[in-house]
Amino acid sequence: MFAVKVLLVFPPALIDKPITYYLVKDFELQINILRGKITHHEEGKLVIELKGQTQEQVEQGLIFLTEQGIDVTLMKKNIQWDEEKCVHCGACTAVCPSHAFELDSSTWRLNFNSEKCLACELCVKACPLDVIHITI
Amino acid sequence: MSVCKTYDEINEKIKSGKAVVVTAEEIIDLVKEKGEEAVAKEVDVVTTATFGAMCSTGAFLNFGHADPPIRMSKVWLNDVPAYAGLAAVDAFIGATETSEIEGEDYGGAHVIEDLILGKSVKLRAIAHPTDCYPRREITTYITKDDINQAFLFNPRNAYQNYDAATNTSERTLYTYMGTLLPHMGNVTYSSAGQLSPLLNDPFYRTIGIGTRIFLGGTQGFVSWEGTQHSPSNSRGENGVPKGPAGTLSLIGNLKEMDARFIRAASFESYGITMFVGLGIPIPILDIEMLRSVCVTDADIYTDIIDYSIPKRSKPVIKQVNYQQLRSGSITIGNKKIPTAPLSSLAKAREVALELKQWIQAGSFLLSEPVQGLPKSHESHVLNSKLKEEKEACSL
Repeated sequence: MFAVKVLLVFPPALIDKPITYYLVKDFELQINILRGKITHHEEGKLVIELKGQTQEQVEQGLIFLTEQGIDVTLMKKNIQWDEEKCVHCGACTAVCPSHAFELDSSTWRLNFNSEKCLACELCVKACPLDVIHITI
Repeated sequence: MSVCKTYDEINEKIKSGKAVVVTAEEIIDLVKEKGEEAVAKEVDVVTTATFGAMCSTGAFLNFGHADPPIRMSKVWLNDVPAYAGLAAVDAFIGATETSEIEGEDYGGAHVIEDLILGKSVKLRAIAHPTDCYPRREITTYITKDDINQAFLFNPRNAYQNYDAATNTSERTLYTYMGTLLPHMGNVTYSSAGQLSPLLNDPFYRTIGIGTRIFLGGTQGFVSWEGTQHSPSNSRGENGVPKGPAGTLSLIGNLKEMDARFIRAASFESYGITMFVGLGIPIPILDIEMLRSVCVTDADIYTDIIDYSIPKRSKPVIKQVNYQQLRSGSITIGNKKIPTAPLSSLAKAREVALELKQWIQAGSFLLSEPVQGLPKSHESHVLNSKLKEEKEACSL
């Protein structure tokens, strides 16, 4: 299996198109919706994980999305945590929905597991030390 | 046989490098293993610590006199206003004050951190000229090494317990208790629990005015009771307050501080604050003192408060102990809610260990309080009154 996390930005004209349906039907991709937001008459944003049997299959799906006029951004490992400057307070763990940021229950130091990260960016705002950033 | 030690005896042992020092966490297991009597005899000092965000932080600075001299009436440090309604070149920079240029991203806490780091800070001051201070304005750069005094002052720190927070409303709240997710999506708490200074000395027997402490990486002192010191608040049978109670006012030399132990912070849509590393040694004078430092997270209770009610008195959702909060989740009704700390236990442990090493090395002696902290005191609230009402009262 090959998987990627992508941020999709839909222009207003595409909001009523069942894009994910085509991804499933025509490209046999598994879709996990991680986060979505639609602003009426403006744009739609979707963070999804795309999973396919092969890398090629996933790439074909991504090409399809781009051809539709969707802005596609790969989101792999885009949270940057400056461990050196971190004080391990735990404020980010209060908002992290996937436990990518977790405090070790014996040392109480913060750990970051990028595999679990949904790139929802809640931690970026929640961090009082400004040591978590997003890089795209 | 009861064990009794004096401050002098303990200090003699510290000077000769023979003092036995453990942290307030280490003592718990030690007593389980060896029993109270043996440990009270063996251990001389227990170190406590906390590393939490404390808005009530600031620093007094004296810049030295310019030529021609100026009686500064308004002062900015890196564009952050400092209070200058003091003598000519004295000022107080408060942690939560924000930059007039950069807003929420930079504030008084950052100025304090930059000074500690030895960075150059822009000083701007204006004044009404007088015969003795003719100058109207000055803009220059200072570092901690070229000003006269720089001492950190916490009107309040070391909160003896604090409420935990949740949010029953439908929108995310941005508070000094962190980001509170809607529909009780999380619970946050901010106490070092069993390692926290005043929870280990619940009736302020050894912690009082004049107690030598670890503050931001150097030696400091307890200067007074802290603001909002409320020792009369409800306590459990073990004497441990079940919510915010005692506080301490602290002072220490900013020039000697270490940025590993004091850090500027900014809470989203709330504002700027400062994490301050504080460590307080507790002498094991007798078995009673040993018993109070053996307090565990399971013995310390606090209320979970609903922060969605924008009133002074917020509803209590549930009472829990710190062992439950530390487990990562608590249950309210049928709902399992994740919990997260805001005060760093990892850093608090670092402080407790550092202080332990200082005492073991003989470089930190204990001081007996010059005066104890008030043990009873009701806390006041602020009510809006019209001037006429106030005057009518005094007629």
